[in-house]
Amino acid sequence: MAINVKVLDRPIEDVSYIRATVKGMALTFKHLVNPHKVTVQYPEEKWQLSPRWRGTHRMLTTETGKAKCVACGLCPTVCPANCIKLIPGEDENGNRYPLLFEIDEFRCIFCGYCQEVCPEEAIHVGRHYENSEYSREGFVYDLERLTAQTHPVCEMWDPEDPRGE
Amino acid sequence: MNTLSPLLQVANPQLPPLSTGFFVISTIVKMLVVFTVYMVGVALLTLAERKISAWIQNRHGPNRVGPGGLLQPAADGLKNFMKEETYPEAAYKPLFVLAPILSFIPALTTWAVIPFGAPFPTRWGRVDMVVADLPVGFLFILAIGSLGVYGIVLAGWASNNKYALLGGLRSSAQMISYEISLGMSTIPVLLLAGNVTLGSIITQQAYGGWNVVNLTIAFFIFMVAAFAETNRLPFDLPEAESELIAGYHTEYSAMKFSLFFIAEYANMVTASALMVTLFFGGWDVPFTGRDNIGPYSGWLTLLSVGIFLAKLMFFLFLFMWIRWTLPRFRYDQLMSLGWKFMLPLALAYIIVIAALILILSVAGIGRGAMYSSIFGAVNIALVVIVFAILDRGRIISPAYGRMKGTRLRGLQAVAARSPLATRSGAGARD
Repeated sequence: MAINVKVLDRPIEDVSYIRATVKGMALTFKHLVNPHKVTVQYPEEKWQLSPRWRGTHRMLTTETGKAKCVACGLCPTVCPANCIKLIPGEDENGNRYPLLFEIDEFRCIFCGYCQEVCPEEAIHVGRHYENSEYSREGFVYDLERLTAQTHPVCEMWDPEDPRGE
Repeated sequence: MNTLSPLLQVANPQLPPLSTGFFVISTIVKMLVVFTVYMVGVALLTLAERKISAWIQNRHGPNRVGPGGLLQPAADGLKNFMKEETYPEAAYKPLFVLAPILSFIPALTTWAVIPFGAPFPTRWGRVDMVVADLPVGFLFILAIGSLGVYGIVLAGWASNNKYALLGGLRSSAQMISYEISLGMSTIPVLLLAGNVTLGSIITQQAYGGWNVVNLTIAFFIFMVAAFAETNRLPFDLPEAESELIAGYHTEYSAMKFSLFFIAEYANMVTASALMVTLFFGGWDVPFTGRDNIGPYSGWLTLLSVGIFLAKLMFFLFLFMWIRWTLPRFRYDQLMSLGWKFMLPLALAYIIVIAALILILSVAGIGRGAMYSSIFGAVNIALVVIVFAILDRGRIISPAYGRMKGTRLRGLQAVAARSPLATRSGAGARD
């Protein structure tokens, strides 16, 4: 024989293929008649996201509908993926506001540092996961898009209450 | 018509029809009905397979098309019709096209001789619920059944693809090996029935008890061989997805691929029908004696067809159940199971049954309660011998081991004591 098939040694007196088969069939039959189906029927049912889920961003607004952002520059500084582009501007009253605020969601690693560092609680990562787009450009969210998002935002981990209770 | 009408009036509903015209018409109707039911059944089987596999794996299965996914086969068919038919450049086209057809037709042809119900009385004569009541019925099945391998082998060869060729080769080796056990396992059935007509095999079972009770080991061999013949798991080596891409149908696309798929299910239905007919009394209504002697009635026909379908569905379910339970055999396991176990067992069983029949006839015991009970007792003894005493991994298990259990446990004890063993006794029970 040119090719030797490696045959595992096993105790021959104890092994019964028939019995093993019957056992296996009993197991599969148990699952057949009593399945615990865990599949979520996606478009109809949706998965319950964790309150700490970190998805695509959302910018919160003031009562007047303006972004809360004061263009302090902390989030682009802290961002490890360097995905936030911020150009600050100043109005006649000396209030800073973002002239340009863009987040590249492709670069983002969803660490949530931007939300954690924001002194105005303006930028948040969202509890949201349906993000499909037809073009790559669509994944660069500008300020208008960020403020228009309505999904709930992430509740950051609280060191006082580590289990979220 | 005037010359025919006196003939029509003397026809007895309980006897075969007198007029050829009626015979031809009824045969054509039977052909159409059997073909339609068969094809629709095969389509629904693909859905059943997916549903059962899903349930076994705690999934939902297809449930988007139609109510509960019932129209999924139609969607699949439509998809397959709209897909592109690809022809590999190096393929030999005539055989490449012919192969799917060749694998499908034998499965369909076999159905011509399988009786699926009690005869149906009409005022023009009795209509047998079988498309063609061949006197050589069983031999016809063996002859046609072995043609099925051609489709697969030709598909493997004509694709000019190494995986397809390997699949085809495996298939030819496997089907030829198991064809022998398949044929041998049915010889006790024929010995008991004394006839190769499927109708008389069923009649014998209606009177003398189902063959599964009298010839359990023959049934077991037949069932395993039928699994191998239909290329179903655990014998799906010809298409082994994980080793051979998809084996013989790697290069096939669209409807030609679909035809292979249909052929697999068609073969499954045919094998199930054979098991029902040869070992489970065919359309015989259990626990009744009168369904074979008549008088026949429409209700009896309906009931017996229903019983036949129920038995058929049980076996189809068994096919799927086993498929989603067992992993695939290794090639050497397959061959050793076929040649070293199934064939000798089938041959020995023929001798035992033939000797038993001879002894009973010499002893002057005619067919009846005594005959059946002796057969049953011998059968129980044989089943115990084969499955309880001989079956200790020595012959039935295809996974041959060469080591005695005591020696293996000794080695495991040594391994457990060694400094390499992280936990004491680790692996001793595995």
